[in-house]
Amino acid sequence: MSEVVQPASLALAVTRPKTAPLNWRKAVPLLLAAPLLIYMLVFYALPVVAMLLRSVNDPTWTLSHYATLIDDVVFQKTFWITINTSVTVTLGCLILGYPVAMGLVRARSMAPFILVVILLPFWTSVLVRSYAWMVLLGRHGLVNEALLALGMIERPIRILNTPLATQIAMIHILLPYMILPIANALRQIDPSLIRAASGLGSTPFMTFRQVILPLSMSGVAAGTLLTFVLALGFYITPAMVGGPRDITLSMLIAQQVEQLNWAYAATLSAVLLATALAILAVARKLPGVGNAFRTSMR
Amino acid sequence: MTGGATKGVPGSGASVTLSNLEKTYDRASAAAKAVDGVSLDIRSGEFLTMLGPSGSGKTTTLMMIAGFETPTAGDIAIDGRSVVAMPPYRRNIGMVFQNYALFPHLTVEENVAFPLKQRGIPKAERAKLVAEALELVHLPGYGARYPRQLSGGQQQRVAVARAVVFKPRLLLMDEPLGALDKQLRENLQLEMRRLHADLGITFIYVTHDQEEALTMSDRIAVMNDGKVAQVGSPEDLYDRPDNRFVAGFIGESNFMPAIVRGLEDNMVVAECQGTVIRALCPNRPTSGEKVTLTTRPERLRFADGAWAGTEATHNRLSVTVTEAVFAGERCRYMLQAGDGTSIVLKEPSSATVRRRAVGERAEIAWSVADTILV
Repeated sequence: MSEVVQPASLALAVTRPKTAPLNWRKAVPLLLAAPLLIYMLVFYALPVVAMLLRSVNDPTWTLSHYATLIDDVVFQKTFWITINTSVTVTLGCLILGYPVAMGLVRARSMAPFILVVILLPFWTSVLVRSYAWMVLLGRHGLVNEALLALGMIERPIRILNTPLATQIAMIHILLPYMILPIANALRQIDPSLIRAASGLGSTPFMTFRQVILPLSMSGVAAGTLLTFVLALGFYITPAMVGGPRDITLSMLIAQQVEQLNWAYAATLSAVLLATALAILAVARKLPGVGNAFRTSMR
Repeated sequence: MTGGATKGVPGSGASVTLSNLEKTYDRASAAAKAVDGVSLDIRSGEFLTMLGPSGSGKTTTLMMIAGFETPTAGDIAIDGRSVVAMPPYRRNIGMVFQNYALFPHLTVEENVAFPLKQRGIPKAERAKLVAEALELVHLPGYGARYPRQLSGGQQQRVAVARAVVFKPRLLLMDEPLGALDKQLRENLQLEMRRLHADLGITFIYVTHDQEEALTMSDRIAVMNDGKVAQVGSPEDLYDRPDNRFVAGFIGESNFMPAIVRGLEDNMVVAECQGTVIRALCPNRPTSGEKVTLTTRPERLRFADGAWAGTEATHNRLSVTVTEAVFAGERCRYMLQAGDGTSIVLKEPSSATVRRRAVGERAEIAWSVADTILV
């Protein structure tokens, strides 16, 4: 046996010296990614760092900008509105999105059609969609006209430029981010489990509660996180359809930049980024969610 | 064996009647019938196996009994009551799936308790029944584990425990041992038999493995092309196959073309390559009819040398040895008859028996009782 193996391993040792070529091989993936990495470093990472630095070194090294935030009433109100909007929008997406995800998974021949309907708005610019909501929700918009025609209201009600308008439009825009991870999780449930549950005496509703829902929690967690974190930083939609007094963090940042108040804007940005990262960090520690991350990464 | 409350009472199994059961998936073409007029009477407490190649309709039939598929025509009655319109969760049937279908998010205990929970059984009683069921399948102490922490054989046992914990009167099993290795499969086959004896309930078992069917079943329904080819005890099917499909599917068979020359008591006298062959025959053919005779390779013997048979009880044939293979416990010979028909003969190996060489001419003989006209 050993007589046969030795010459072969000897030949290997000769043709493949242990030093330089192996290291090069390891470097190939890095080299392939290098152009993008350099691009991201120069045009994304560095500007972000430069911006964030302004929160601690403008005009000199200081943490005073953060200290003032603690008593800043405008910031507190804005922060609260941002969190409140994000939670409402995420819940709305979950309630509306879960049944759609189930429909998407169950529909056989209709599935591609449903997928296109879900993704069509996804492929449209956020700006266009926000304008569309302005048209729909305006004083003489489709919604008011319809309610008037049905006799449900006597004069046009104010929907546009209220928190409700922001929530409606944001739910619409963020729905795909909720539906797709849930549908993905539902699709991975072995159909024989549902049969087994039924055969063991479980009604369709009990099967949903005890088998389908728990097994889709990874998708729910992924969709909820994605939607919530995206909602935190939403700017265009709340700025266009939201109320003038219902300012979100992203709107406040834009406002401060316009007034060239860079240090304050940078501080707010840092807080927003930290909030999003903190939520992700906490969520990853939850047992079900960590798995969802790993599977959605694959 | 164990678990007092799970112990079977004679007659505690359900009887199942399938009448002209049909299933067509493609309504446009009636030719593509997955199940085509299956009628079966499964007795209370019986271990019935549906055996057949893939696509023979055995699993579809089982799924219709369970309620996961709706029959296109025909009826299914359990204890005399039609269940066709009943959803699966009201049928109260235990079921073991091919891939076990254990709930991955529940522990072994929770999996086994699942059917009890659906039936609103109080927690304290649930725990007692679960413990009993796990003991019945020799898995006590595994309750807190998750299915993925168990081996294939252990998962299979949990699936069985889950299927019987609520004391159904009927247990359906769809190739439950298919994914396991041979050794484990043989152990579990014996355990299934023991379980059947312990519980006293009706088992309907689906498999494509004829050996499994022969060792475990009270009766076997051989399925082919959506139809029942033959129903009978393992001995019936092996010794007296009704048709060529059953003779070929269960065990190994030799087929010899012959022409019917006459009838003699309960026997058929046929002519096969100029030799008179007597065969058992349940349905009487007419003289001159072309038929096929079948015999089992291990029931043939070389007839020269010390052989005690007589012309009246045995058939004889002259052959040439074309292949001889020593396979340990037996020798396997390929023989050729005068008209070129190939015949397989299996002889128990022994130091005292002379082994035949290729090209050698020989006489073979076998009992008339082992010759069947199909």
